[in-house]
Order: sequence, then structure tokens, then C-alpha cells
Amino acid sequence: MTVLRSLARHRLFWPAAVMAVLLALNVALTPSFFSIQVRDGHLYGSLIDILRFGAPLILVALGMTLVVATRGIDLSVGSVVAISGAVACLWISELPEQNSVAGVLAALGIALGVALVLGLWNGFLVSVIGIQPIIATLILMVAGRGLAQLVTGGQIITVNSGPYRLLGGGYWFGLPASIIVALGMVAAAALLVRRSALGMLVESVGGNPEASRLAGIRSRRILVVVYAWCALCAGLAGLMISSNVSSADGNNAGLWIELDAILAVVLGGTLLSGGRFSLGGTVLGALLIQTLTTTVYTLGIPPESTLLFKALVVTAVCLIQSPAFRARLSRRRRPPAPTAGRSQRDAATEAEVTA
Amino acid sequence: MSTPTTSPGTEAASRRGTTPGQRRSRLSPLDPRYLPIAATVAILLAAYVFGVGRYDAFSDGQVLLNILVDNAFLLVVAVGMTFVILTGGIDLSVGSVVALATVMCAVLTEQAGLPAVLVIPIVLATGALLGLGMGSVIHYFEIQPFVVTLAGMFLARGLAYTLSTESISMDDGVFTAIAQTPVPLPGGLHLSISATIAVCVVLVAAYLLHYTRLGRTVYAIGGNKRSAFLMGLPVARTRVTVYTISGFCAALGGVLLTFYTLSGNSLNAVGLELDAIAAVVIGGTVLMGGFGFVLGTVLGVFVLGLIQTLIIFEGTLSSWWTRIAIGVMLLLFILLQRLIVWRAR
Repeated sequence: MTVLRSLARHRLFWPAAVMAVLLALNVALTPSFFSIQVRDGHLYGSLIDILRFGAPLILVALGMTLVVATRGIDLSVGSVVAISGAVACLWISELPEQNSVAGVLAALGIALGVALVLGLWNGFLVSVIGIQPIIATLILMVAGRGLAQLVTGGQIITVNSGPYRLLGGGYWFGLPASIIVALGMVAAAALLVRRSALGMLVESVGGNPEASRLAGIRSRRILVVVYAWCALCAGLAGLMISSNVSSADGNNAGLWIELDAILAVVLGGTLLSGGRFSLGGTVLGALLIQTLTTTVYTLGIPPESTLLFKALVVTAVCLIQSPAFRARLSRRRRPPAPTAGRSQRDAATEAEVTA
Repeated sequence: MSTPTTSPGTEAASRRGTTPGQRRSRLSPLDPRYLPIAATVAILLAAYVFGVGRYDAFSDGQVLLNILVDNAFLLVVAVGMTFVILTGGIDLSVGSVVALATVMCAVLTEQAGLPAVLVIPIVLATGALLGLGMGSVIHYFEIQPFVVTLAGMFLARGLAYTLSTESISMDDGVFTAIAQTPVPLPGGLHLSISATIAVCVVLVAAYLLHYTRLGRTVYAIGGNKRSAFLMGLPVARTRVTVYTISGFCAALGGVLLTFYTLSGNSLNAVGLELDAIAAVVIGGTVLMGGFGFVLGTVLGVFVLGLIQTLIIFEGTLSSWWTRIAIGVMLLLFILLQRLIVWRAR
């Protein structure tokens, strides 16, 4: 147990260390980086901004974690982000009174409902039809962008609604509402998967689908649930993004967020080959990516070099997370692993599968 | 590797590689390994007949050849991707490497004034080197291919941006000559030089995968990396090689795209990696590795190309209906393929 625990600590230790380095870099450049001020009863500061702008990514990555844990992947989240924002803005823009709370709530409900349906569709393709997840969700990724533009009519829909603005740009109890919503969803997910059997079932389906089926787990149902959950999270993130700018852009909202979300999941220590997952790691991974984006602005890196910087940091995080790399670095010669190129835990899983 | 007696229809059967014993039954219609390919061929034919029936100009043989001409670069990239996916890996960097290659071609010939005979080898070597780097990191530091190649994707795109953020048009003699010389075929039809290169790449890849030790090892690693290692196969060398091949193919695809557009642009080929992966998977290759054919990838590229062609012939779709139509047709292809495979089993 202690070995497992120290391993788990290690998995989150290295991303956390990189995060600390990035934050230190920021403080060195702008000494006021850590200062959090209270203005009009609201908290302001760079750290709060990281949390606020990172909230949609946290949500998308949260949904993605469970999908990845079942050995799947969901490429369609970016499109779902665009669709849910578009649907909500379309509904609100046609309200007679855009500030009516009931109307906005209805819009949110409809948008999340649409996202849920899209998730069920993904889950249906993966579990019932048996299409490989990357292709099944690629269909919605391509077609979904088109659907979002269809909803907005190829335009950017702008709304002027106080209650809608609250979700992405407003404050509750002095904190940005998006942070509270994101943390609420993380807490709900953690409660759901760690206090019920759901998390274990998800890990079991991801670890070995066939064995899980033979053990009596309805893996199809589990798969549909995780894809629906992923789309729901993406839909909520889409509402947040569109609410923050009070408009919906079917073409660009959530573009390539799926890659950032998958990156966040992986940086958080969840393996793409399925099985065990870490929600806390995912949140840390998402915050790391957001901090990286903020750092790029603070450092004043020219826009054309942003990607180079990102590549550098991602490579650095992956390398120091890799036990093989650290072993080589500290010149401790390990005997060659019989798996020839996989982490030990993965090898253990594979051995179980093969056995 | 497994024996030909394994019962068909199981996951185990679908993950076999080729063995000499199975080669005899290669053309047997009942061999489950060829079902996805047979299904794809059947659907392609049906879609082609549909196109011929609906549009007057569709029956022209040049329409089919143009699919190859217009997608030559995608075909080359997808062939490289096939090697990687067969080992159970994935390469997300190919789209960015294509963009980097086009920008390098343009910058080196137009701004640095180097001759094309020197530029093209430099570009191809750069692609191969990037692939070599990623493959080494993936294998020796045991990091997931998805993440390493995602970082590679950022790196290559970032390098392309750093070289130039604008589109550079080219009027270099060699590039223009290669771009504009048609390769005549009997019947008044013609191919481009790029398409001919793509066909050669497919043939070389098919030879490598099905008739050499390297190919056999690729299938073995995809089937079970551990067993391949215990059998004494050169797992490390082969894994690094497949990423090098993929990087090389991506750079070659970039060169072909430069011939096609006669310009270099760092915004080229965004999302191309997904097209390439889709082509490979539609062609019947399993993402877990160990099972699939280069021929399937060729068919996958033709499926994507035919979808584009049908939409162009329809001609009246707005940009968002085009996307929806691509998604729906992709879905139809995949559903029909699943249906045929199910039925036949």
C-alpha cells in the first residue's frame, strides 16, 4: 500500500513541481502576481484569473478523464462546446425579455439537453455499434462544427442578458461563478465515482472490457454513461465560454479544446490505455495548461513562438514524469524492462490481460 | 503469432498479423481479415455508381484519377501513419510536419535561394529527424505516443510559424516544372508527378510491410509488444523506425503539397492528422495495432476523397452543410462497413 501511495504521490508531484516553477517565473517577472485584491466585494488577481479562464478546460478535461479511463477518447468535445453555446444564445436572443431568469434557465436546460443527446449518440456508436472511439467521435467533431454553424446561421450571435452573463463572467460570494460551478462539478464527479461503485466499474471496463463483461458488468451501459457525462461537461463548458463573451461563435468556440483536455488528462497521470484514473490529477493538469497560457502572456513571448514554448514545457513535464527518464538522468542503471517501452503499471495490466 | 485455425469473429482473430501459412488463403472470400477491406471496396463501388447516376460528368475516368491527384499528399501521410498504428502507436504530429515542410520548401528556395535538388532532401531529412526524435522519446523514456507526438505537433507548427507566418508563393523552376508536368496515361487520362510518387510510396510500403523482416516485426509488436521482445525481435529499433518512417512520409507529403499549391504556408494541413488516422481506420486497421493493410489505407483515402468529390459535384452546399454532409457520409461508410462485416460473420 505504501508503495502504491508513494507512486500516486509521485504522479502528481512532478506536474505540481512544474506548476510551481511556472508560477515562480511569473512572480519573478511581475511581483504582484500572487496578490489578490478585493474590489466591490469581488476577488481579483492573476491566480483568480487562471482559475476563472481555466474553468472550462477543467470541465472538459473532467469529462474526458472518465472516457479515457474506459480506454476511449472523445474528439467531439470542442464541437459540443460550440453547439451548446450556440443553442443557448439562439434561445436567449429570441426571448422577448433577455434578462428573464426563467428564460435563461430554460436556455441552459435546453443547451445541456442537446449536449446530453450528443453524448448519448457518441456512447451509442462506441458501445452498441462498436466503432473505435476515435472515429466514432470524429464524426461528431466534423459534423458538430457544421451543426453549430447551422444553429448560428454562420454568424456570431450576440446576446445581452444579465443572468446569462453571470455563469461565465459573474461572481457568487465574491468568487467568479465559473470557478464555483467547475469545482462543484469536480466535487460531484469525485463523490459519484469514489463513493459509489461507478468509478471502480469504469476502471474495470477500461482495464479489461472482456473480463469485466464476463464478471457481469454491463459495460455497454457504463460506456454510454461516460460519453454522456463527457458531453454534459463539455456542454457546460461551452455555456461558460459563450456566457463570458455574451456571444456564440459556431466556428471558433472550443476549437482544439479536445487536445488540451486530453493533454490535461495525461499530464494528470491517467494512462490513455485505460484503467486507473485520477480526477485530482486532471484538475492539476488543466490548471497547468492554463498557467502555461498565462505565463506566455506574462513573459511577452511573441505569438508565433507560443507553440514552441508550449512544446518545450509539455516535453519537459512528460520527461520528468517518466520513471525511465529519471532513472537515466540519475545514472542508476535499471535492468532492461521486459516490456521494452511501457511503464511498470501498464506492463502489469498487460500481463494480466495476457495471462 | 497465431495459427490459421483460430476461430473467426473473435477479437483474437481480428488482431492477427500475416503469417506465411495464411498467405495461401489470401484471396479466399471467407477470410475474416479481408472483410473490412472487401466491405470498403463494395461501399466505394456503390458510392461511385451513385455518383455516376446522379451527375453527368462523374463517369469520366479522370474524376477518379483526380481523387488520387488531389489527395496524393494525404495518401503519403496516411501510409506513414499506417506503420505507426500497426505497432499500436499514433502520430499526431503529421499535419504540423506537413505544414513545416511546405514552409521550409518555400523559405529555402525563395528566400535562401537554395536549389530545389538540395532543398527537398533537407526537408525530407528534417521530417525523418523529427520522427526519429519522437520515436526515441516514446521508446526509451516510455512516454505515451499520443502525448509525445502532440508535443511534436506543437513543436513542428511552432517552427513553421517561426520561419514564416505568411503564405509564401513560389516560382522556382524545378518546383513549377514538377507541379505542372502531367504524366500521360492511356485513354487520354493523366496523373500528376505527385500522384505517381504517392503510388510508388504505397508500393514500397506494401513491400516493406508484407515481405520484409521489418514489416513482420511491425505486426508482431502491434500484436503483443511483450511477446515480440521475448522472441528476440528488435523492438526498440523497429518502434523508432516506424516513427521515423511516419515523419519522413509527412515531410514527403508536405513536399507534394508544395507541388500542389506552389506555396508554403504555416497554416497548411491543420487537422490533417485526423484525416490520416480516419483513412487508416476506415481501411480496416485496428488502432490497437497488429492488424491492417496498406491497401486498406489507400481505400480509406479514396473514401475521404470520394466524399469530397461528391460534395463538390453537388456544388450548392454552404460551408456548414458541407461539414455536416462529410460527417454523415463518414458515418454511413462506417455503419455500412460494420454491417457487412457483421453479416459476413
